[in-house]
Amino acid sequence: MTAGRVIALAGNPNVGKSTLFNRLTGLHQHTGNWPGKTVTNARGRCTFAGREYLLVDLPGTYSLLAHSAEEETARDFLCFGRPDACIVVCDATCLERSLNLALQVREIAPRTVVCVNLMDEAGRKGIHIDRQALEAALKVPVVAVSARDGRGVEELLQTVERVCSQPEKGPQSLPVPEEARRAVAVLEPVLRQQGAPLPRWASMRLLEGDASLQKTMAEQWRWQGPMLEQTLSLAQKELEKSGLTSETLTDRTVSGLARQAEQISRSACKSKGRSRAAQRLDHILTGKWTGIPVMLLLLAGVFWITIAGANIPSQWLWEGFSRLGEAMSVGLLAIGAPGWLEQLLVMGVWRVLSWVVSVMLPPMAVFFPLFTLLEDLGYLPRVAFTLDHCFQKAGACGKQALTMCMGFGCNAVGVTGCRIIDSPRERLVASLTNSFVPCNGRFPTMISLITLFFAASAVGVWGQALSSLLLTGVILLGVGMTFLVSRLLSSTILRGEPSSFVLELPPYRRPQVGQVLVRSVLDRTLFVLGRAVTVAAPAGLVIWLMANLTVGGESLLSLCAGFLDPLGRALGMDGVILLAFILGFPANEIVMPIVIMAYLAQGYLMEMDLPALGVLLQQNGWTWLTALCTIVFSLLHWPCSTTCLTIRKETGSWKWTALAVALPTACGMLLCFVIASFSRWVGLV
Amino acid sequence: MKEPFLLSSLGEGETGRVAGLFAAGSLRRRLLDIGLTEGTPVRCLLHSPFGDPAAYEIRGAVFALRREDSRQVLLHAIGREAAL
Repeated sequence: MTAGRVIALAGNPNVGKSTLFNRLTGLHQHTGNWPGKTVTNARGRCTFAGREYLLVDLPGTYSLLAHSAEEETARDFLCFGRPDACIVVCDATCLERSLNLALQVREIAPRTVVCVNLMDEAGRKGIHIDRQALEAALKVPVVAVSARDGRGVEELLQTVERVCSQPEKGPQSLPVPEEARRAVAVLEPVLRQQGAPLPRWASMRLLEGDASLQKTMAEQWRWQGPMLEQTLSLAQKELEKSGLTSETLTDRTVSGLARQAEQISRSACKSKGRSRAAQRLDHILTGKWTGIPVMLLLLAGVFWITIAGANIPSQWLWEGFSRLGEAMSVGLLAIGAPGWLEQLLVMGVWRVLSWVVSVMLPPMAVFFPLFTLLEDLGYLPRVAFTLDHCFQKAGACGKQALTMCMGFGCNAVGVTGCRIIDSPRERLVASLTNSFVPCNGRFPTMISLITLFFAASAVGVWGQALSSLLLTGVILLGVGMTFLVSRLLSSTILRGEPSSFVLELPPYRRPQVGQVLVRSVLDRTLFVLGRAVTVAAPAGLVIWLMANLTVGGESLLSLCAGFLDPLGRALGMDGVILLAFILGFPANEIVMPIVIMAYLAQGYLMEMDLPALGVLLQQNGWTWLTALCTIVFSLLHWPCSTTCLTIRKETGSWKWTALAVALPTACGMLLCFVIASFSRWVGLV
Repeated sequence: MKEPFLLSSLGEGETGRVAGLFAAGSLRRRLLDIGLTEGTPVRCLLHSPFGDPAAYEIRGAVFALRREDSRQVLLHAIGREAAL
């Protein structure tokens, strides 16, 4: 194999860059129809014609001139990472916008290949792209691709291979505005002398007053300070003499780019304008009267299908696991294993594992494909659009809605996703409040408690409908708390005005139903199984030990639970539940198994399934109030250890992490206390 | 010719042409970035359920802007003239 080549993948947000990246590398980067999926440079390898390529998926950007963290990451990699070539992914359904970036990349990447993606989508919308005209206008190779079904990907790789084996072309600089010529003439030769790559481009950016770039350039290209600074101030004076400031020069550059993109797109692309169907859909999904009801209906609908669909497989898994457990007991005893070992393995490790898999897996395997379908369709940015007003009132950013959606999967992922928010203040607000959205490890527990205690009287379809409505209510409580706490934060310690906010509403895309179903069911199954083995099994061992090691005739578990009992009772729960939440710090999935095990140490349970669980809980004094407070506390308590570590990493401070722990905990305790006291006072229990 | 007006006052379905930006700094850059350069036609597609933000069609793509930000954009009328 010959030496590897580094290829950068650039493009606007939401042009199918991640899909193409996955196509090329076979990696499964999460894709979705909303801006800002790629928050760091993902890397993957692919082999073509006996040569290895390292592909770097840059965050989606509209331009290399603006100043969000993502844009700087993309620009810095292109400038200073010096990839062998850069593929600019463009959207065939919106070519003009994509060309803006292509024109800028062409200026700094040594070799550029323009990949016009989403050709299938464009075909459906009656948009025609003239590849040759585009190639002639851009003076770089252009390949038409549909990354989703793989059309044109082979040709793209061939083109990349071809341009890489040719010598580097000089940068394709954009014309310098007339008034800035003299200033550039002062700066450019000096930069060239100092051996800086891209002297023309660098002069323009420096004259536009790009401070962060100046700093990085100085570090990366080892410029000598005083010499450069003198020349720069000289050039700036020259610029002022021609009647320009750095601000107006930026305007010129940006308008020039826009004009050029417009001309090229007009010559190479024929379209019929925005489709009526999309507009009608927008009026329904985000309209004045329908937007919010439709959003709630969709949420409740997704939960309904989740609850109804998860019910049966859940029972199968329970049964399967308990049969296997019995067989294991028999087997272990038959080979002469001591009783305590059999108990430890079957009652401890196996039980917790069974719970995690059979309660967590089916809802997740139904919920996520549905959610991914909505995401693929392009609905999530519409949610952000619909709810933005509330975020604005709370002094936060509308994109927080997107990070909350990510939180459904895993709060740690949601916290990392907060990088899509530009303003540091609003990013912090979003990170600190992300755990108000129940994650993967929490809401199956909520589903089972709701089913057992609140929807048990209603049977069949009605029971499921009721459960899904109640669950929607719980989620809305979480969302409401998010607004409230965000508001609180931005009027106290994170004081500030909401910053500017630009959100693209991407075109609706037809979801690839088959692929989404298979991919996300598989992904979730692997995720839950992975967690089961790495977290649930060891936790089962520890918990069993705690439940069975005795000090003075009482087990460790019941000792601790006894200590916590008064506080637990005040919060409408009991000591065991509170202890379970504390021991569940590594992973929320194991909260209910701990509760079960603690009760089992005192009682007995013949079968492990949901009705039997209900009986067990009731034997241990659970009422609807206990269930309600447990659900509320599950929604509002400290984030799991992984999330905490992620918050520490993202905010760089233990203080913020502590706040992220304290906020939901305080809210949960307060709310549970109020609910419990009120119910007792009124005499509901 | 009618007086120039703000993007925030553009009604649903109406179109205007960018006359200039009041914004400075990063907001200006961002607005330029999404294509709001002088002479660009902008159409207001719809307002969100709470009336703010609104969605605008700019150079073939759709962007949501808050009123705070769309007040920074000055337009010449074209849609209104056509309607009159």
